[in-house]
Amino acid sequence: MTSTAFLARVYISLKPTVNDPAGNTIQGALDNLGYATTSVRSGKFFKVVVNAESAELAQVQVEEMCKRLLANPVIETYEVEVEPVPAA
Amino acid sequence: MRFAILRFPGTWSDRDCYRVIHEVLEQPADILWHRDADLSGYDAVVLPGGFSYGDYLRTGAIARFSPVMAQVIDHAARGKPLIGICNGFQILCEAGLLPGVLMRNDSLQFRCEWTYLRREGASTPWANGIAAGEVLRIPISHGEGNYFAAPDTLDALEQRGGVIFRYCDEAGLVTAQSNPNGSIRNIAGIINREGNVLGMMPHPERAGEAIVGGVDGNRIWESLIAEALAVTA
Repeated sequence: MTSTAFLARVYISLKPTVNDPAGNTIQGALDNLGYATTSVRSGKFFKVVVNAESAELAQVQVEEMCKRLLANPVIETYEVEVEPVPAA
Repeated sequence: MRFAILRFPGTWSDRDCYRVIHEVLEQPADILWHRDADLSGYDAVVLPGGFSYGDYLRTGAIARFSPVMAQVIDHAARGKPLIGICNGFQILCEAGLLPGVLMRNDSLQFRCEWTYLRREGASTPWANGIAAGEVLRIPISHGEGNYFAAPDTLDALEQRGGVIFRYCDEAGLVTAQSNPNGSIRNIAGIINREGNVLGMMPHPERAGEAIVGGVDGNRIWESLIAEALAVTA
């Protein structure tokens, strides 16, 4: 099988039980701007392009990256969305 | 006792550690670059403070996969003394050598100030020269020193006496006011199960000479050196 380039969108979020002073501060600023927010949580977003034989294998590879490096399981969770990279 | 002081790109306390360990306490020491370090001839390893890899991704997360870390993990596994100070503590947590994680200070401020630490917990060569309940005055200097772990991890840590230093006031009382960064249960320093690995946010190497404001940091190095002498005697 030939390998294809896939784009993985990786969302890293703090677990709900973890305090997020940055998110709280941003929420305070939004409140000052007059928005009625009930919650703001900060996180991280990565776009990773990987070569894999299928979208499933790309998903497995990127989830492994999350476990090993991109997320810290003590405080964070991750979500991965994979799609083929559109031909240029 | 021979010390290896590791330098990653962005480490900033390596020279201070060298100054105190080698020039003040007169121990053989070398500063080693993380890419080509050989730890085999060293008794103790120091991961100093700083901003390794610019704190990208998470503090310590990139340094944790530096080539030297396999040797650091092996050094620790053989029961040899290892200390991580500030960014070094963050690296040890990322490497899984110590439980928990260091998050952004709850104040969102970088805090550079003197703190008081109360000695608690189990036996460790890093602090056996400091009596339980004794208070040390050692400065912090960090933006991400807010220790956190899940409740069951914390309970297990406390139960085995893993908390070695807790932020306190001058009299040794552990209060919310004496907590500079929001660390859960005022935790400032912890050891692994075996006691040979210590991670702490405060900088003992910045309290090593009277001219910089205090010498309490030396108690930690002196504990280790005295223990090593007792073993070889």
